[in-house]
Amino acid sequence: MPMLEVVDFGKRFTIHHLNKTMHAVEHIDFSLGRGKFIGIVGKSGSGKSTILKSIYRTYLPDTGQIFFNSERFGSIDLCNASEREILYLRKYEIGYVSQFLNVMPRTTSRQLVEKALLEMGTTEKVARMEAEQALNHFEIDQKLWDTYPNTFSGGEKLRLNIAMATVKKPRLLLLDEPTASLDQQSKIKVREIIEKLKADGTTLVGIFHDIEFMEGLCDKVFDMKTRQLIWEAGISNES
Amino acid sequence: MYEEPILRVRNLEKQFGDGCKHCMQGAIRNLEKNYCPACGTVYACQDISFDLFPGEILGIVGESGSGKSTMMQCLYFDADVTSGEVYINGEPDLKDQNIFELSRQQKRYIRNHQYGMVYQNPVHGLKMNFSSVGNIAEKLIEAGNRNVSEMEATSKVLLESVHIPLFRMKEEPRNFSGGMQQRVQIAKALSNNPPILFLDEVTTGLDLSVQASVLDLIKRLQRELGISMIVVSHDLAVIRMLADRTIVMLNGSIIEEGLTDQILEDPQHAYTQQLVYSLL
Repeated sequence: MPMLEVVDFGKRFTIHHLNKTMHAVEHIDFSLGRGKFIGIVGKSGSGKSTILKSIYRTYLPDTGQIFFNSERFGSIDLCNASEREILYLRKYEIGYVSQFLNVMPRTTSRQLVEKALLEMGTTEKVARMEAEQALNHFEIDQKLWDTYPNTFSGGEKLRLNIAMATVKKPRLLLLDEPTASLDQQSKIKVREIIEKLKADGTTLVGIFHDIEFMEGLCDKVFDMKTRQLIWEAGISNES
Repeated sequence: MYEEPILRVRNLEKQFGDGCKHCMQGAIRNLEKNYCPACGTVYACQDISFDLFPGEILGIVGESGSGKSTMMQCLYFDADVTSGEVYINGEPDLKDQNIFELSRQQKRYIRNHQYGMVYQNPVHGLKMNFSSVGNIAEKLIEAGNRNVSEMEATSKVLLESVHIPLFRMKEEPRNFSGGMQQRVQIAKALSNNPPILFLDEVTTGLDLSVQASVLDLIKRLQRELGISMIVVSHDLAVIRMLADRTIVMLNGSIIEEGLTDQILEDPQHAYTQQLVYSLL
């Protein structure tokens, strides 16, 4: 069974005020096996983020199905799952990382990572230890651990975001243009992180601007323009 | 559904006035906003149904007059409902029992053992001329406590947990600042260890830094004690910070419900869109 299967998915936005309905995406189909990484490419405005946010249910999907192979619920259609089920999945199984840090104010980096663990029922002692490990692992400077992340650089915020999402060891991790505002060196670091996650068996869906960055990292590449896979590992497209 | 709600609200109705031919015919009430233009009957809550799950914070937003506070008053038995059902899960005696149909004593029992309430105005939740400790003791006595030294010890722990300096605990709340009064009120509401806590616009009117400390306190209580809470606010920022799920009310009815981030980023109903787009 695939870990994620998107079937004829579509999403419209209706703005009542302006009496307008916009089709953000239509007829999206792809599927992804466990531990695999699919990259979604396309120009901005093509609806890449819409797909990711719909999987995470920040957007309410309106047509099609998104099947997720959940540890707790088995195969579940994320388009129709109850809000409480989605909250459970967000807590334990599905992570979302973007370049923006959207966190509780007045909370230090360390507390944020610990909180991600504590809400899963980890004991305080273990949470403390694992949080420090994660902060170290993603190379967040020790002197930043006990400060608020408001003033962090783009790269630091992103790494903190990834740390918060990955300490949970999610089955599925959604990466929403994580490298958008990073310099070359930070990008390489992100790449290493993704390689590590893949090695750990995490299934990933990622959006990136530069295709170069994704080379050798993705198992599949989905193109928003043609709504098709343009590349798949092990399958040659050169003809 | 993979879990049992702790509180189930079904078809709650609250009207002020008797209604007339104009507004009582059939399913459609022909109201103007939430009142009948012919007889002036106000339908403050119309067909309100929702579930509250263990350990979650459920946000309720809506403009003034949308019926949020009336609904809370009905749930807490401060006001009688016109019709509707509420079920509490947890007490075996109350299982499948519509708690609106219980006797006065049984309702008091629920208030004293299952519920806590924090009002927007501390005057409603506190006796301003009792000491802070006395206020908490009052609630403890209602919940069946009789041991004075035990009650004093509990009060101290509670007041400390909401950051009220102990040397002021014998003082009357009327001498306190608004934020401190609100924290005493929260301590009082928590004193009987209620599994369900209602918070009605608790940060409205407090200045920003005080608001922040009260919100942090609420979040901490949810995390550490696992209390289920219903948080009513007209302030989307408060809801964003506290609530996992959110219900939007307009003219006495629920018009939309969803995950809080979804309500804020992809609102469906025209009114919710207006509300969200008004956010600075």
